[in-house]
Amino acid sequence: MDKFLQFLANGIMIGGIYGLVALGLVLIYKSSRVLNLAHGGFLMILAWLFWSFAEQFGLPIWLSILSVLAVAVLAGLGVERFILRPLIGQPILAVIIATLALGYFLEGVAIMAWGADTKGMPKFIPEEVFWVGPVSIAQHYILAFVTAIVLFLLLLLFFRYTRWGLGMQIVSEDQQVARSLGISVKNVFAQTWAFALVMAAIAGILYASLHAVSNFNAVIGLTKALPVMLLGGLESLPGALAGGLLVGVFEGVGGGYIDPLVGGGASDVIPLILMLLILLVRPYGIFGWERIERI
Amino acid sequence: MRPAGTYDTSYAQDMAIVRTKAQWIMLAAFLVFLIAFPHFSGRYWTGVFSLTGIALIAVLGLHITTGLCGQINLGQTAFMAVGAYTTAILIGKLGLPFLVALPCAGITAGIVGLIFGAPSLKIKGFYLAMSTLAAQFIIIWIILHTEFLGAAVGLKVPYVSIGGFVFDTDIKMYYLIIALALIAGLAALNLTRTRAGRAFTAIRDNDLAAEVMGINLFYYKLLAFFIGCFYAGIAGSLWAHYFRYIQPLQFTLKDSVWYLGMLVIGGVGSTVGAVLGTVFIKLLDVFADYISPILAAAFPLVRMNVTYATGAILFSLVIIIFLIKEPRGLAHRWQIFKASYRLWPYAY
Repeated sequence: MDKFLQFLANGIMIGGIYGLVALGLVLIYKSSRVLNLAHGGFLMILAWLFWSFAEQFGLPIWLSILSVLAVAVLAGLGVERFILRPLIGQPILAVIIATLALGYFLEGVAIMAWGADTKGMPKFIPEEVFWVGPVSIAQHYILAFVTAIVLFLLLLLFFRYTRWGLGMQIVSEDQQVARSLGISVKNVFAQTWAFALVMAAIAGILYASLHAVSNFNAVIGLTKALPVMLLGGLESLPGALAGGLLVGVFEGVGGGYIDPLVGGGASDVIPLILMLLILLVRPYGIFGWERIERI
Repeated sequence: MRPAGTYDTSYAQDMAIVRTKAQWIMLAAFLVFLIAFPHFSGRYWTGVFSLTGIALIAVLGLHITTGLCGQINLGQTAFMAVGAYTTAILIGKLGLPFLVALPCAGITAGIVGLIFGAPSLKIKGFYLAMSTLAAQFIIIWIILHTEFLGAAVGLKVPYVSIGGFVFDTDIKMYYLIIALALIAGLAALNLTRTRAGRAFTAIRDNDLAAEVMGINLFYYKLLAFFIGCFYAGIAGSLWAHYFRYIQPLQFTLKDSVWYLGMLVIGGVGSTVGAVLGTVFIKLLDVFADYISPILAAAFPLVRMNVTYATGAILFSLVIIIFLIKEPRGLAHRWQIFKASYRLWPYAY
């Protein structure tokens, strides 16, 4: 039982980060119907950038975080303007390949700039472990989880109560209506990309501080965030968080029990199998919009 | 587009792939070039051409699934891996002849493709891309965790032998690969003119309309997946025999993406485009090989991985630029060029 609770706690905590990664994907998909398969690449390279600022240039942690967020905003605006905007109106295949290629471009740049080995993150989170009854939780995980929840709540409030957020909501609902209300769809797309990459930066720094900074971190943008996003529903922010927690729990508990049987690594493939099952049974996820096609 | 005054006068003429005497001469010259090539080019270029041939078969498969039928497949290299491992086991462990193992590799890959293509009946676009993406990771994961398949260590594969003739040199392998690539290309070209090929195009352009016209979506979508993955299996089998050693890390998502990129650069939906795109990217590969030592001198920190990184940066940039600037690909440029020299010196 203790073992089960430990697996469950691990799952929930890592699930928070998966939710955070998926949140960025959902933001972009919701507004512009683009599935950003380069999200993992951004997450990885922004974490490297943070490492560079903090370790190589010796900036204080808060300043490094702020600079990385600023870079993320600029990168988001740039990517939207120069890559995604020219692709508007082209078939889905074009967007999928462009974002995947962008991901590999970022990987190549990261290898050129920082080499292919892994580096430890600067230690700005206390190391001690937290005990809840028989269950131990590292403080990294708690910080990551709390950040995910707080960011999610902030986003929710932003979308519900600010003019800016409401404008973004309308664009995701109906671009024609948004235009007739005087909202610039292009600007909204650019803003969502900036928002999403800020999310990617935060998620990347948190994820890298759990493990290490490395270009392998990029793969969670595909193998973890996509199942989360699909499980929660492509357009739903609460779905991303719920999906993240669910995938985290499945991975934590399933991986914990299956790993000894297959010799490790089950947690790499459990989210993907889950994704295939969702695709077969309920492709629009828990909170997504079910589309009805009419002829 | 043909200039005014050029007509077909018989059905045979109308159906011909090679139309004019000039085209026959060019085709013959091209074949002679391919046959003579390894004798004057040296080992490096023979190797480049052999690998281009293998990639071409895989890309032609992708051309059928994605280019003709519009079903996005992000797992082509995983299906290649299925073909490669099937060959390795049938020939290496059970000792079957190559001529039996090759089609078996294709069929096994095709059947695995059917499993992951089955969701295409319910879902399309992004959703299907995700399903095949999952295929890529799951198949490689299974191979990595199966002792029988060599796990992370990999398997050795013997030379190809057909009826006592052993393909034990690079040049012999080159001929085998080029011959199979030509057959694959011809088959793909002719497929577009059959009932199945036309059904694929109809499904790609509008699947609801296709269904209303009486095309069985279930059958044809799965058929497209089967044929595409069959090609991947053949390519994987050749890959295994070419390197004579296979290992799960040879079959990465990245190569699947590059294959799709080759398709896009060539022009989606055109067989000639698939060929042009593959050759283009493979030449770019050679270029990356060529410039990486120079870059390695400039970036001493990353010398080990500089080839890998330059390749990734170059390919992804080229793919993105093509998507933005020329989404119809090289095939479209080729058409424009052909039309202009045929009509020259007139504008139309």
